[in-house]
Amino acid sequence: MTLRSTISAAALVIASVAIAGAAEARDQIRIVGSSTVYPFTTAVAEQFGKSGAGKAPVVESTGTGGGMKLFCAGVGTDHPDATNASRRMKKSEFDDCAKNGVKDIVELKVGFDGIVIANAKKGPDLKLTKEQLFLALAREVPGADGKLVANPYKTWSDLDKSLPNEKIEVLGPPPTSGTRDSFLELVMEQGAEKVPALAALKKADAKAFEKTWKSLREDGAWVDAGENDNLIVQKLDANPKAVGVFGYSFLEENTAKIKGAMVDGVAPDFDTISSGQYKVARPLFVYFKKQHVGVVPGLDKFIAEYVSDKALGEDGYLSRKGLVPLPKAELAKVRADVQALTTLSAEAGL
Amino acid sequence: MTDLAAPLTRASGAGLSPDAARARIRRRYRAEARFRLYGMLAVGFAALMLVVLIADVVNKAWPAFFETRVRLGVTPTLEQVSTDGKLERTSLMGGDYDAVLRTSLQELFPGVKDRASRRKLFNDLLSTGASAAVRERVLADPSLVGKTFTVPALLDDAADLYFKGLMTGRSERGGRGTLIPSATTGEITLTSTADDFSADLADTKRALAATARSLRREAERLLRSAAALPAGDERARLEQQAAEIVAQAADKEQRLAATGGAEPLDASEPSKLVVLDGGIIKLTSLGTNEATGIVLAPLASTQPAAAGSWKVVTLDQPEANRKLGDQQIAWLEQLRDKGLVERAFATRFFTSGDSREPEQAGILGGLVGSALTMLVTLVLCLPVGVGAAIYLEEFAPKNRLTDLVEVNINNLAAVPSIVFGLLGLAVFLNFFGLPRSAPLVGGLVLALLVLPTIIIASRAALKAVPPSIREGALGIGASHQQAVFHHVLPLAMPGIMTGTIIGMAHALGETAPLLLIGMVAFIVDVPAAVTDAATVLPVQIFLWSDLPEAAFQAKTAGAIIVLLVFLFIMNGVAILLRRRFERRW
Repeated sequence: MTLRSTISAAALVIASVAIAGAAEARDQIRIVGSSTVYPFTTAVAEQFGKSGAGKAPVVESTGTGGGMKLFCAGVGTDHPDATNASRRMKKSEFDDCAKNGVKDIVELKVGFDGIVIANAKKGPDLKLTKEQLFLALAREVPGADGKLVANPYKTWSDLDKSLPNEKIEVLGPPPTSGTRDSFLELVMEQGAEKVPALAALKKADAKAFEKTWKSLREDGAWVDAGENDNLIVQKLDANPKAVGVFGYSFLEENTAKIKGAMVDGVAPDFDTISSGQYKVARPLFVYFKKQHVGVVPGLDKFIAEYVSDKALGEDGYLSRKGLVPLPKAELAKVRADVQALTTLSAEAGL
Repeated sequence: MTDLAAPLTRASGAGLSPDAARARIRRRYRAEARFRLYGMLAVGFAALMLVVLIADVVNKAWPAFFETRVRLGVTPTLEQVSTDGKLERTSLMGGDYDAVLRTSLQELFPGVKDRASRRKLFNDLLSTGASAAVRERVLADPSLVGKTFTVPALLDDAADLYFKGLMTGRSERGGRGTLIPSATTGEITLTSTADDFSADLADTKRALAATARSLRREAERLLRSAAALPAGDERARLEQQAAEIVAQAADKEQRLAATGGAEPLDASEPSKLVVLDGGIIKLTSLGTNEATGIVLAPLASTQPAAAGSWKVVTLDQPEANRKLGDQQIAWLEQLRDKGLVERAFATRFFTSGDSREPEQAGILGGLVGSALTMLVTLVLCLPVGVGAAIYLEEFAPKNRLTDLVEVNINNLAAVPSIVFGLLGLAVFLNFFGLPRSAPLVGGLVLALLVLPTIIIASRAALKAVPPSIREGALGIGASHQQAVFHHVLPLAMPGIMTGTIIGMAHALGETAPLLLIGMVAFIVDVPAAVTDAATVLPVQIFLWSDLPEAAFQAKTAGAIIVLLVFLFIMNGVAILLRRRFERRW
């Protein structure tokens, strides 16, 4: 009896599978991509749903690279309408998109995310330079004769006597994270360029130079602390000697526990990131398929909601969520471009 | 007899005296006692860890089960709540219910006049979902328009954290002297007849002294490092840096030494608020019995306040470290003093879907998603798994092929779950074109994941049924199939059930395979069918744990508890079913 009913239920499920396979049209916007942009796009999605303009979009957190792959896989309701990215689309990704028929891509630059180097409130105030960060964290640094040697620095004061006499211990994102990529490019690469021996190496052997700034220490000075930034904050709070690397919004939410280090003389805060003074910041993007506007209901309205003053403006709800908005003039330009559905072209300098 | 005695003598002849034999026995007993002790210690340790873990989760989750609301009297006007002046449901749907609450708050705080402060009053105190309560009431009963009634308006997450004591430590003490304010608004001076502020002053001075000491230490360290360096730029730089720090320390020490003077308080020190005569003053500088401050909420009069009728509230977290400024906290304190703030069980947590606003986020989406996914998994893998087990155990011929199948089933049970996700992506999404993020696909993938577990457990259960049952059935003329389905299977059911539950519990906690089929996603709507976009409980936990808002940490722990309870219920049902079917022979 029970067996028979389970079998018939199974048949029912299989039948519904067949029906679902047949059903095509989609009434819900689908977005994939970066976990860094996720907290912002989800807020817009929720507002969009509440405003009654349509069903709240589904926002997946797949990482920037994974999102690009899904986004570029093709046009049509089987593929996502937009992707979040914590860096600009690469030329290779643009080409991949074009190859699969995704020809008209609208780029929306939503704002900035600062990467902060922070430690516990109880710990010392840190004033670092990119060069010091590079020397503290690279696996190999130039030795006395200019040749690369395994990193000899044990404490911060080994780098500069004015820094605290504490062991170098930095908790940061793992290699799979977009924050890690940005940290490498914004801090380690630029820091390496400031070291004279490496600036020479860059000219002589660009590949070796790249390897130098991309390799972080593996002797315990750099610790891969997992994707979860809340975890890093908790660890910093527990260990005042450790230093962490994570997104600015987590510093803003945890000012009672941690403080940001000055990098090249600028402390990370809302104003310095927005004005571009704080250099360890990266722009965040959302890419839309123009070909889906008018096909997936509400996509144009969703884009309008995203660039509205209510969301992206200086006092918008996204800035309350920790997004550092674009300067006014740039926002106006981005808004005009996006609403006119100006598409990306290969010549735009990808 | 002699035969028996002989080996004994031989044993003692082999060098074992009665004493040594006793010692050996004692040693064996001791070994056994030690082993028992190890066992007890291990179990005790595990139990202790479990208790610690659960207590920690419950402790963290506790705030998530409560929400703070403020009871506001509202009078919705027709212009506010109706889009076209009619009392139709359609016109009331699109009304501006935020405006209703804004007006109500405005009446509570008539002193807040300028636009920026008004916006702060509304945005920082109330949740964006607060107006839903008004909307529901008006939609349910349109005759309420124009009338005054009270609604519980949900507070914003930061305000909620403040009332739960999670934002800052808060202490208050009554005034001992009579306090005389110099004015009712603006920057005012408070003079007490007793040395009411001397304790605060002492606190501030202590903090000042500690800062000065640590600055001195830092300067000394720099000078020491400088001394070790050869003379030059580097040394000069360090020495200059040290000199600057010494100057700062000297300034602090000078302030410490000065007696009687007022000591300024800034945003990096704990805030002190004086609650007096219906108003709130934030102290900006302290003397022993005199203090100056800025009025955050206007006083009713400049009447002297008697001892005990006023108090000093200290907020341990300095203003710079908080999401809510002193102004917002002053408003919240006033709401509390008026008795308008209430804390209630957060049913919302169980009845709403995900949200980016912590105070509005609920677990229902994940719960229903998990239930739908588990349903699909169970409906698919129970019949298939049990059927496969019966065939392999009872009917299949023993040959190379069935051996191969068996080995592969055992191997599948050990395959990492992410591989099943990849398989699901390739087969169900790309080949069959099923929708992304759907519990249907999640259920299919998880069914693949738990099938090997169920098959292995079911085969073991079938094997454990005594052959006499099967043979008895066959002996009275039952066919092989009848013997299995009527006699063996019912007796194997408890074991099959256990295996199924272990498999389902495993599936319930999986997130990795779901990442690839799009179930790790932000979904506001609660799914209603297996093809709707949905997420599951463990994914919801993962997503919440990664959000920056502090209030989501309690939500994360709350969701963990819901997942555990879901698991307990599942296991409870399994145990019940097993008891009902259990036979002994």
